[in-house]
Amino acid sequence: MKVLVSIKRVVDYNVKVRVKADHSGVDLANVKMSMNPFCEIAVEEAVRLKEKGVATEIVVVSIGLSAAQEQLRTALALGADRAILVESAEDLTSLAVAKLLKAVVDKEQPQLVILGKQAIDSDNNQTGQMLAALSGYGQGTFASKVEISGDSVAVTREVDGGAQTVSLKLPAIVTTDLRLNEPRYASLPNIMKAKKKPLDVVTADALGVSTASTNTTVKVEAPAARSAGIKVTSVAELVEKLKNEAKVL
Amino acid sequence: MTILVIAEHDNKVLAPATLNTVAAAAKIGGDIHVLVAGLGVGAVAEAAAKIAGVAKVLVADNAAYAHQLPENVAPLVAELGNGYSHILAAATSNGKNILPRVAAQLDVDQISEIISVESADTFKRPIYAGNAIATVQSNAAVKVITVRATGFDPVAAEGGSASVEAVGAAHDAGIASFVGEELAKSDRPELTAAKIVVSGGRGMQSGDNFKHLYALADKLGAAVGASRAAVDAGFVPNDMQVGQTGKIVAPQLYIAVGISGAIQHLAGMKDSKVIVAINKDEEAPIFQVADYGLVADLFEVLPQLQSSL
Repeated sequence: MKVLVSIKRVVDYNVKVRVKADHSGVDLANVKMSMNPFCEIAVEEAVRLKEKGVATEIVVVSIGLSAAQEQLRTALALGADRAILVESAEDLTSLAVAKLLKAVVDKEQPQLVILGKQAIDSDNNQTGQMLAALSGYGQGTFASKVEISGDSVAVTREVDGGAQTVSLKLPAIVTTDLRLNEPRYASLPNIMKAKKKPLDVVTADALGVSTASTNTTVKVEAPAARSAGIKVTSVAELVEKLKNEAKVL
Repeated sequence: MTILVIAEHDNKVLAPATLNTVAAAAKIGGDIHVLVAGLGVGAVAEAAAKIAGVAKVLVADNAAYAHQLPENVAPLVAELGNGYSHILAAATSNGKNILPRVAAQLDVDQISEIISVESADTFKRPIYAGNAIATVQSNAAVKVITVRATGFDPVAAEGGSASVEAVGAAHDAGIASFVGEELAKSDRPELTAAKIVVSGGRGMQSGDNFKHLYALADKLGAAVGASRAAVDAGFVPNDMQVGQTGKIVAPQLYIAVGISGAIQHLAGMKDSKVIVAINKDEEAPIFQVADYGLVADLFEVLPQLQSSL
């Protein structure tokens, strides 16, 4: 079966971001960019499905600037067969991305679509669920285990009280949680081979999807800083401070 | 303006996060209706009707909603929600699972995890693991929003007398089914609602050593949390994880033991009122956010701390 994986180019998770002085957003000039960590897990899961003989083809798709080709090449080096970039210079909302992905899903007809559960820049946690709604497919969000059998997929999900397992009819949408797997690294020979794999570029306009948004970001600010704390030297002093100064015990 | 709040529950008990969500709805202003969708939810509906400030409770009691499967619940919420100005749910795993599906069905953008209400159409929410706060305005006909519970003080669970109304609509998409669940059992307070949280990290060295934290927590009436490092190392189950990808807490007192303080962990606890860090590495980033820091070996400190309380 064909598996579609959606990936996003985001600021590297190790970077401590700074808010722009004019409050228009976060300063991303000259900042290291990477594949969103949850998307890496999505790619890894697809590759493992192929290694098990369940998946026959892995198509990886990203939506955004031309520079996202870098992350698509990374996914190809990790084992994806071909890539699609939906090029858009706009700052797209999750709904717009879901609509564009729906257009790709309609064209590619995958049996399974794997996304990360959230992108570490917008922290939205929406796209997978929205794509599922638009496609009319079942959704297995926050997955820690994915098992395909016949025409259905069993997804174990991380929920607030523990774990829950649901069974979804294929085609279905799965979003990955951290503990689904540990992504592999791309080897140098595979990075070289990935340069020869097909990467199609289409424009968002060509897909005929309206990406108009009902949301506007008015401003972006730095969070309120915590006032500097003090170091105590003993347990007795700590307990005394918590009781009498902070009054929380 | 009428606001629909989706109740968080397990078919038996109304979850406290619902009270924080109603508090956010009260800040927006207008009539507040609560939807209880589930199976055998009579007691939950009764509890919802008593919440201060709630005007009406809608009850959708149907086997299709028993496990809160979004494929079935989202069409219900989208159908009912069309007449409302706002649809709110707590940013719990259920709320996050269901609400974006509702938003897409209504063809509107969602606003996730708001921490404050600026006006009826403008909200603040953290982005980049809490390293920036975005102010977002929505011109959608129906504003679909998840609420970070720790951003709003809960409204009173008693004092209201809302009318209860049954909703007949049954949606069963037939594409998803519940197989089973494995819930972690705990007698301690729920992590996201606890006044005091004691958390352990990689420095605890083993799952067995968490017994020191449990003992301390029981003395304080606290919940026990963990960093991602402790969860990934298999010391404790993942529903104890505090952080960007786990639970967001903001207790009166947060005690971080053997936790270095990575960005992803801080995103889950830096709104706590008082933060105490116990770590033997005095360069650990956790000390930059801690109100009280103690540079010492946790295995010496924990027994002392327990005996001095």
